Amino acid sequence: MSQTTEKVRKTLARRYRAEKRFKAFGLGAIGIGLMALVLLFTDIIGKGHSAFVEYEIQLPVTFDAEVMDVSDPRDEEQLNYGNYQGVIRDALADRFPGVESRLDTRALNQLVSTGAGYALRDMLREDPSLLGETRTLWLLADDDVDLFLKANEKQREDSRLNEKQQAWVAELEASGETRMVFNQSLFSYGDSREPEQAGILGAILGSLFTMIVTLVLSFPIGVAAAVYLEEFAPKNRFTDFIEVNINNLAAVPSIIFGLLGLAVIIGLFGLPRSVPLVGGIVLTLMTLPTIIISSRAAIKAVPPSIRQAAMGLGASKMQVVLHHVLPLALPGMLTGAIIGMAQALGETAPLLMIGMVAFIVDLPAGPLDAATVLPVQIYLWADSPEQSFESLASAAIMVLLAFLITMNTLAVILRKRLERRW
Amino acid sequence: MQTGNLLLLLVVMVAGAYYLGLRRSFALARPLGGIRHLHSLPFYFAMRSAMWCALPALVVLGLWLAFDDSIIRQQVLASLPAELQPTDASSYNLTLSKIQNVASGALPVNFVEPPIAAAAEHLQSLRQTSAMALTVVVIVLCMFGGAWAWLKVSPQLRARQQVERVLQTLFMLCATVAILTTVGIVMSVLFESIRFFGKVPVTDFLFGLQWSPQTALRADQVASGGAFGAVPLFMGTMLISAIALLVAVPVGLMSAIYLAEYASKRVRTVAKPALEVLAGVPTVVYGFFAALTVAPFIRGMGESVGLDVASESALAAGLVMGIMIIPFVSSLADDVITAVPQAMRDGSLGLGATKSETIKKVIFPAALPGIMGGILLAASRAIGETMIVVMAAGLAANLTANPLEAVTTITVQIVTLLTGDQEFDSAKTLAAFALGLMLFITTLVMNIFALHIVKKYREQYD
Repeated sequence: MSQTTEKVRKTLARRYRAEKRFKAFGLGAIGIGLMALVLLFTDIIGKGHSAFVEYEIQLPVTFDAEVMDVSDPRDEEQLNYGNYQGVIRDALADRFPGVESRLDTRALNQLVSTGAGYALRDMLREDPSLLGETRTLWLLADDDVDLFLKANEKQREDSRLNEKQQAWVAELEASGETRMVFNQSLFSYGDSREPEQAGILGAILGSLFTMIVTLVLSFPIGVAAAVYLEEFAPKNRFTDFIEVNINNLAAVPSIIFGLLGLAVIIGLFGLPRSVPLVGGIVLTLMTLPTIIISSRAAIKAVPPSIRQAAMGLGASKMQVVLHHVLPLALPGMLTGAIIGMAQALGETAPLLMIGMVAFIVDLPAGPLDAATVLPVQIYLWADSPEQSFESLASAAIMVLLAFLITMNTLAVILRKRLERRW
Repeated sequence: MQTGNLLLLLVVMVAGAYYLGLRRSFALARPLGGIRHLHSLPFYFAMRSAMWCALPALVVLGLWLAFDDSIIRQQVLASLPAELQPTDASSYNLTLSKIQNVASGALPVNFVEPPIAAAAEHLQSLRQTSAMALTVVVIVLCMFGGAWAWLKVSPQLRARQQVERVLQTLFMLCATVAILTTVGIVMSVLFESIRFFGKVPVTDFLFGLQWSPQTALRADQVASGGAFGAVPLFMGTMLISAIALLVAVPVGLMSAIYLAEYASKRVRTVAKPALEVLAGVPTVVYGFFAALTVAPFIRGMGESVGLDVASESALAAGLVMGIMIIPFVSSLADDVITAVPQAMRDGSLGLGATKSETIKKVIFPAALPGIMGGILLAASRAIGETMIVVMAAGLAANLTANPLEAVTTITVQIVTLLTGDQEFDSAKTLAAFALGLMLFITTLVMNIFALHIVKKYREQYD
């Protein structure tokens, strides 16, 4: 046996060990990546799932005309200024007799959400004959009560409720006078200072209008630009310059687009702040490179034989493009557009710059109404000190991720279904 | 008439022009013996009419809407008596909003000086006149354009060529949007930055060690100057990006190597898209995760071993940002590793090297330039990333290299400077644009450099 072979044999075990170690590192790296993903999702779901339900408290409420100061429920003005909190206060006092001191009474009244009064008003509007009647109603609990009821034994020790309040709520819970229902307000209201009345509908509508503006602007412009660059552009400095610009824009930090929106679209053109129209324009500029690049790839994938055949039959260049290339490239372009839209939907930073970060309670009715979008709403809630907003933010994230997953799945399906392999 | 209604009317008129053009081309073709005696298909004659009807009107409409507001504003302000003329920018804005509020009815007339009320009335009437004139001009242009095109329809007219030329020009204009965007970005950050550097010297900004942008509203307040030394921000940005790269580069690179060289096809088809999901998660979600889960966790860990960790530590933001850019590193590295020619692998394996030795000594050096390019791209991502740091990193501009302390970054400061109460023209607001300029230049240089490396490397093996 030669010396070299001997040497190799001696080191072989060590080398194989190194090989195994290296492979394990690789596997570990993938493991870390996937674990981060799983951790992220479980954390969000763990925090957010409780926001999809909320607690209500059962109370026999008397629609007392005198307490409410409503003599005619058909009079809209009286109805709007009615003292519904007073009726609820009375109901609570009846349910827990013996609460005397002002401090305790106030603590007791805090059990029911301030939004419950509006529910009473709406009921009275629906059915004026309720005036003077007593009904057993389920009223929305305050967010601290809600958190207390959702918490386990150990978490309950850190509750923001004081001891008396905890005792009252525990009594209600034990006697079955609390119940868990689906959190409807989450999907039917805009933002609110009160967590139990806050919803994401306003943000979803804002996102919708912003996305519509983005799609309407970016898809035609992106496709037209891609067609020009692929089919018509002469090979010259100007075209090269356009290409360099597109590639660089794709890598510009999104916040810079926000600065552009603030300085040019709001500052120079004088469009209003905080509106989906401006947000849509900014996101259009941001997603255009993505759409142009993917549209160009789709156009490139159409084989030259198609063009040659059409030209051979006497079609003009424009006819070749509009009648043959574009329809064949459309699935690929749509896929690119959906992916670009998904990016735009999750974008936050540029929208902060153009003022879509305001506290807006009203639901936007169009792209010129002040609005916020889903990611910004998440940011706002994550920054709020109250604990309930944390789970609301998680719930909003779950909704946002659901939208994104749907869009990306759609893109994958579209690509599989429609894209032709030549 | 409202702009929306006007647009609707325009659509109707364009459709009408299209129809009339179509009718006329058929009518002209009939005595000649069918449409084959026309130069172009009737569709093109119709399109030509529609374009003549729509384009001039749309151009005028666009220009009018873009400029009528500022012209009216100037007219109204010029009509004010001399003593009410605004002298500086802030009084200009104040007077203007006063007039507009009176005009819109938000401010009762008897609350303001009579000249302002008169100006508001003037504003109202000018606006009405402008809207009316716009309507008339657009409709007239539409009709003349359509009529002109209709009259010009003849069998010899080269309608197809004309329509195609217009379309091609439109396509080209769409392509130039990319240039306009770049120009817009450069102009917007540059002009405001120049104004900022007029107030604060460039050297103070670039080399100053103190960042406290709170300028006083009144001159007699303490600390009225504000300090705009951006070094703590640059350091903070670099610290957080460095932590992110420390996480992302080893993990991303090793996963790419494993996926490209070791993994079976089944593992690859599952693991690769799963890793790429990380790139699709919105940054605000990472920010939420960093601020509400990772940061408290790290703080708790630090406390349990007796370390004092800031609740907005650079470590938490950096770690989560690292997770975010793993897929950027891994997919780019994957591309370059698979691009290394198979012959190099075969050669090394044939000489008796193990797989890991081949990777370490042959493939990795060959792929290094491409990998460096990928890392540079990831780094520029990290520097420009906003939401994670806004939510998880601090606002205090500490000049430190300790990852357990709170630092702030360029992007965080841009957001805080521009989302709070803004004072028009103050150094505080302008500073955000100067920071934006720095950010733009840095990322641009990194990207160009990275793309250059990647491109050069690709040519090497193609």
